[in-house]
Amino acid sequence: MTTTTLSSAERAWALLEHLSDPEIPVVSLRELGILRDVRQGASGLEVVITPTYSGCPAMGQIEDDVKAALATEGLQARVVTQLAPAWTTDWMTEAAREKLRAYGIAPPHACASEKSGAANVVQFAARSAQTEVVHCPQCNSANTTETSHFGSTACKALYRCLDCMEPFDYFKPY
Amino acid sequence: MNAPTEYLLHLADNALVLGQRNAEWCGHGPILEEDIALSNNSLDLIGQARMLYQHAAEQIGNGATEDTLAYFRDVPDFRNYTLCELPHMPLMSATAQGDRDFAMTIVRNFLYSSLMVLVWDQLQTSKDTQLAAIAAKSLKEVRYHLRHSRDWLVRLGDGTEASHAKAQAALDQLLPYCQEFWSTSPQESAALANGTGTDMAALQADWNRIVDEALTEATLQRPAAGGFVPTGKQGIHSEHLGFVLAEMQSLARQHPGATW
Repeated sequence: MTTTTLSSAERAWALLEHLSDPEIPVVSLRELGILRDVRQGASGLEVVITPTYSGCPAMGQIEDDVKAALATEGLQARVVTQLAPAWTTDWMTEAAREKLRAYGIAPPHACASEKSGAANVVQFAARSAQTEVVHCPQCNSANTTETSHFGSTACKALYRCLDCMEPFDYFKPY
Repeated sequence: MNAPTEYLLHLADNALVLGQRNAEWCGHGPILEEDIALSNNSLDLIGQARMLYQHAAEQIGNGATEDTLAYFRDVPDFRNYTLCELPHMPLMSATAQGDRDFAMTIVRNFLYSSLMVLVWDQLQTSKDTQLAAIAAKSLKEVRYHLRHSRDWLVRLGDGTEASHAKAQAALDQLLPYCQEFWSTSPQESAALANGTGTDMAALQADWNRIVDEALTEATLQRPAAGGFVPTGKQGIHSEHLGFVLAEMQSLARQHPGATW
């Protein structure tokens, strides 16, 4: 395969494949499920991204990073933000989970069942719903406790290991 | 099929005004973790408001943007529940203000989140596909807001004598404002009629269940509802919204077109 045979969408994929997340640089936007598609639209190249949390301040940076990466090979693209289907941590690849753990962030559990209806919503509110065990990314102990539902970024919670005593971030299921 | 613009503004204004209120704790939280939690909560709400305003702005056209809707409308244009604009302190006459009360913040976030888990869940099947997409995202976020505020509600209510008294006082003040959830408004009726909204009256039993279960666990007494029905979502607000908007909008109005 020579570069002359690649379409601009293929060249863009190659450039963006390993673009890292601005907040968690050990994982790529592709692995996190934020980078959804690169395609040839009616008016040129389109890069489709999907926001994580609604107010995630990294989304603007991600758009800039995508454009800058493409510009290194003279490519230009429109960045399209697509809301549906809603981003979920379930899209995160196994490799990405492993990288998060190695980086010191406990990877997310699978999301609670997404069945619709009030019963599911009401049940979520009950205290008994909070039974998941988060393992310490340092020593793998299950003896951990939540310090705060909300951590250094919207997508993480603060935890503490009661065996090795290290505080750590937990990537919340979304 | 698009949701009526005024309905989108109602949902967006709720999120923006409560987001702005919760952001008042940024740098002033009672402990660092709560400072961060309330700022995260604000970030989610303001993010939801942005998506809804962007959607509304496309329908309005004429150069409308999320910024013109957030910063260049005045009190009577806002369609948020009165509950969302109240200050974080026991209500006093006119504009007198006391210290911010964490119990007021927690009780309001609990009452609002308990409603919005139900509303966003329903709106996932709205005939307005963009609104349905926004609802699916917002539901994931408001579940965390409910979990956070409910935990604190129980901790304060079933806590010390002082924390119980403050939580009960906050509940006595704020619960009557929830009557507005069940009253009708032109925008909600229009949204229900074209299949883009949801029947609020049908959610009342589930909301009562979420609230009553939590209040029982928190050993708090549910006050009588009373006959007062606020009218914020019709643009008739308390005296407090003007002060929220003045702080939020002043920069954009003093420096039109300013960017970071």
